[in-house]
Amino acid sequence: MLINAGEMDHKKLNDAIRHCSSGCTITDCCGQRFIAAGMDGKDIKIHGVPGNALGAYLNGGTIEVMGSAQDAVGDTMNDGAILIHGNIGDVAGYAMRGGKIFVNGDAGYRTGINMKAYQDKKPLMVIGGKAGSFLGEYQAGGVIIVLNLFTPQEKIVGYFPGTGMHGGKMFLRSECRDVVFPKQVVVRSADEADKKELRSYLVEFCDIFGYDIEYILSHHFTVLTPDTNNPYRQLYVAN
Amino acid sequence: MGVDFIYPEFEVIRNESRCIACRVCERQCANEVHFFSPERGIMMSDETKCVDCQRCVSLCPTRALKIIRSDCALRENANWPDSTIKEIYRQASSGGVLLSSMGTPKAYPVYWDKIVINASQVTNPSIDPLREPMETRVTLGKKPDKIRRGEDGRIVYELPPQISLSMPILFSAMSYGSLSYNAHASLARAAEELGILYNTGEGGLHEDFYCYGPNTIVQVASGRFGVHMDYLKAGSAIEIKIGQGAKPGIGGHLPGTKIVGDISRTRMIPEGTDAISPAPHHDIYSIEDLRQLVFSLKEAINYSKPIIVKVAAVHNIAAIASGIARSGADIIAIDGIRGGTGAAPTRIRDNVGIPIELALAAVDQRLREEGIRNNVSLVIGGSVRSSTDVVKAIALGADACYIATSALLALGCHLCRTCHTGKCNWGIATQNPELVKRLNPDIGSKRLVNLMTAWRHEIMELMGGMGINSIEALRGNRLMLRGVGLTEKELEILGISHAGE
Repeated sequence: MLINAGEMDHKKLNDAIRHCSSGCTITDCCGQRFIAAGMDGKDIKIHGVPGNALGAYLNGGTIEVMGSAQDAVGDTMNDGAILIHGNIGDVAGYAMRGGKIFVNGDAGYRTGINMKAYQDKKPLMVIGGKAGSFLGEYQAGGVIIVLNLFTPQEKIVGYFPGTGMHGGKMFLRSECRDVVFPKQVVVRSADEADKKELRSYLVEFCDIFGYDIEYILSHHFTVLTPDTNNPYRQLYVAN
Repeated sequence: MGVDFIYPEFEVIRNESRCIACRVCERQCANEVHFFSPERGIMMSDETKCVDCQRCVSLCPTRALKIIRSDCALRENANWPDSTIKEIYRQASSGGVLLSSMGTPKAYPVYWDKIVINASQVTNPSIDPLREPMETRVTLGKKPDKIRRGEDGRIVYELPPQISLSMPILFSAMSYGSLSYNAHASLARAAEELGILYNTGEGGLHEDFYCYGPNTIVQVASGRFGVHMDYLKAGSAIEIKIGQGAKPGIGGHLPGTKIVGDISRTRMIPEGTDAISPAPHHDIYSIEDLRQLVFSLKEAINYSKPIIVKVAAVHNIAAIASGIARSGADIIAIDGIRGGTGAAPTRIRDNVGIPIELALAAVDQRLREEGIRNNVSLVIGGSVRSSTDVVKAIALGADACYIATSALLALGCHLCRTCHTGKCNWGIATQNPELVKRLNPDIGSKRLVNLMTAWRHEIMELMGGMGINSIEALRGNRLMLRGVGLTEKELEILGISHAGE
């Protein structure tokens, strides 16, 4: 089904999406927020720019944005996939517990904050370009990958990546000599096993956005995991 | 020992002529205070472990036990009270942040106790609630500004989503994890029987309690634990927790050792991992962002339920509440400095925030002045201890009150303030199966129903005395209140006159 979002507010647009049996293509999207919030089983293609909180609490299905998206993409997402051909704004994937977010371009600040994992749910976020500061702050589970495919001369990630990280894994396609990491994370170079794991995450990403996986994997990757010997905790004394 | 030794705070007094060495006290004490000495053939005690929860006293079949405050004291000093000195010893020996449970024991003014209620005499008749109808039902949610009529002239009844309570009280947020399974079961069952609501807190909703959905408020906090679509749809309202009266401005950290079994399942995080709730919601840095979270939730549940935004009472609470009222929230919940907690840093609990009475009066006044009072309902908490506290809160402008400590007391809590140890002998704030089964949900829910029924009767008596027959007519009716022993400024903020005026 084709939905022209030009004249619609977010409520009307979401109503129209709810009435689609399975899939729809939205044209003229112009900043409408909360698209597909809490929905599942819909395959949605978006032309134009969706507003904040695209796919919040998403519970399944696929959202494909042909251009860029704004802030809070996939907030508290539980399942499904969000594919962004352009860039995304800040706070993407906040507290997401499952599903995947693939971004071809750059991501803003606070990407993947408080990402979690639970039983068979293991969220995956792949950023083709760079990420801003506070990447994966408080990360508790899942996988965040940043590739920096377009501007390798620039820093792959901003300040404070992985601050408060206490679970999950982060892969940065860089030697990260210019990145300062907090003391709660263990930073090391990816080995063969890591590369094998990376391949399993990147196959679909490369397929969708048309990249050569061998080229991507031939580069150096830095791996971040939480430091269990130096946990993120406050020392308390009972009073 | 030595410099770190702190003499036990309590003494166990055992009347040897009454003690039959049945060892009930030993079995009942999870802190392992009591033990039997085979050589001497008598019960003995290690008072260093006693928290004064009174479990042994209550269950001793011969009333042989009592716990008293130790009189071994440091030299008296008004500037350096005993407790302050001992806190320094604790920190000097450990390097730790002081951690406490339940509401602050500090002597902040309790304005409820400095406000008196009016009654009718001669000039208008009081009402006898036993003979005449008396309405204690309240509906919470956004109310329309005016009556709308359709083209046929009939009134359009489309209302934003509301929640209906048989009386102006709700059980406040306490998570499964901070409370035991049986404590949650008691609250949920009592809420259903009473026609009121209880609140999941941020620990998610146990699968067994989805059946109490119509009487449940589900909470969304910064860690988003256990938040998924089934959960959001399960309750009859969703509460966004920004802050809590006992610990405004800070997040939470449940250590991995407590994330086991059911707790892990309801929070939807793996066993043994830390549960960190960041201090702010990192997707909310402004009122505009709050509006975004409110509406993302509304969209997700298709505008079917009201959204509550809960904040701690802090200095500019009136301006903050005004912002929340404009964010699209249907209900604002405000929690005062005396509010309880399962664990909070002592310094924050005891020093951050403001008393709920002042916050409530300031917020109600501000929302009225701005003409947006009916955009939201106002729920307040932070030490509502009796039916008169409820009546005074409503007359100051609240739509309903959150109670938590009062409810726990009904379940058997003796306010020993050591919830953070996880060894609650009353089976309330513990996950130890042996302790949890001490709280029988059949009895627990019955006691909660008793308490609320009694309060409801008292509220009706008080209203009747004022000549008021509906909660609606009491709300914001500050003429029914007078202050006793309050300063001009306090009276001004509370918006009430002094007694005698």
